[in-house]
Amino acid sequence: MASLKDLRARIGSVKSTRKITSAMKMVAAAKLRRAETRAAAARPYADAMRRMLAEVARSVAGEGGQPALLTGTGQDKVHLLVPMSSDRGLAGAFNSNINRTTRNLVLKLQAEGKTVKILPVGRKTYDFLSRDFSDLIIDHRHLAAGKEIPFSAAAELGEQISSLLEKGEFDVCTLVYNQFRNVMTQTPTEMQLIPLALPDNDNADGAQVAAYEFEPDEGTLLSSLLPRNLQVQIYATMLETAAGENGARMTAMDNATRNAGKAIDRLTLKYNRTRQTNITNELIEIISGAQAV
Amino acid sequence: MSIKVKIVSPEKVLFAHDADMAVMPGAEGDIAAMPDHAPLMLTLRGGVVDIYEGDVVTHRFFVAGGFADIAPSHCTILADRATKLEDLSVDDAEARLAGLEKSYEEADKMNVPALDILMGKMQSARAEIEAAQSAIPGMSL
Repeated sequence: MASLKDLRARIGSVKSTRKITSAMKMVAAAKLRRAETRAAAARPYADAMRRMLAEVARSVAGEGGQPALLTGTGQDKVHLLVPMSSDRGLAGAFNSNINRTTRNLVLKLQAEGKTVKILPVGRKTYDFLSRDFSDLIIDHRHLAAGKEIPFSAAAELGEQISSLLEKGEFDVCTLVYNQFRNVMTQTPTEMQLIPLALPDNDNADGAQVAAYEFEPDEGTLLSSLLPRNLQVQIYATMLETAAGENGARMTAMDNATRNAGKAIDRLTLKYNRTRQTNITNELIEIISGAQAV
Repeated sequence: MSIKVKIVSPEKVLFAHDADMAVMPGAEGDIAAMPDHAPLMLTLRGGVVDIYEGDVVTHRFFVAGGFADIAPSHCTILADRATKLEDLSVDDAEARLAGLEKSYEEADKMNVPALDILMGKMQSARAEIEAAQSAIPGMSL
């Protein structure tokens, strides 16, 4: 049976753990709010980009010689996977979901006889994948060097992927990331970047759709829109990852704080019982001692 | 009669307001978006976007290339990077230009697409220096 001193020490240590987890929860909540604002601020650009791209792609549809960023290389042999995780842990199952999804995808593609290359983004997924698939990893980068994710981070990654495609290093590129549904739920999602899955033209006012002119011609415009679109999509997933990481951490730390509270209650009860037993024992000893005299 | 002008960068919306005219630097020459303009999509070079209300320029932005979507009732400018003219810094732009010129010297002269991209960036940096200088107080628009 634990001594009173041991119990006191354990209660103390659980209490300080609770302080840490509840502080982490507060910090994650504040960061989440900021990350959500940034994700919302980036949306108008992505929407407008999608609209333009759909419009241009529609007008060149059916013509030959389209850029590889849109149609791919026409083959399906080499797959490039870009899993995206956070740089730090203690965020519940946030990163392990990505890791598991990626691993299953790699094994599935390999079973189909495809060559797989991996370009992990975020320290957590790199650490995990370099254990099992270190020979498949061609490069890796962190999600964010500083606090906020600059657009240039997404631009660099986009340029790297475009130049790999130009060199014929892969045929299909898929991004694995956590889709931010709400603070509680992030779903691991596979998104195919190349060949591009074109969005349906959701332009509401059909009257003006037909009459667009392009300057310079459609082909040139398309080939400068596509790399940009790639970067914008990557940027959007990066922001979603940042928001999701903080959401997942907030939920995880909230649970941890609650569990710590329960543990403290349990330990305190045990402590009091032990104390009472000790007193009762001492009383019995005194009384039986007095009777014996 | 006015059009809805919107200037967005990948990070945020910089400007969203009604205006009478927006003059932007198209890749093949400056172009003005006005009410009832024929629908047009174009690429932009580095340069200054002027927003007009009546005959007066109310807002000026520097954009470092991008795209524009002009329609009869609205005009959306997707800028790679956009800054208010008064927030530009000549020194920053000059440093960037020097860096670009250096990488242009070192670049493989046979790789034409890469050179084109560098040329575009250098043009944008030069335009930025010019725009930043024109925004220094005391100089007229």
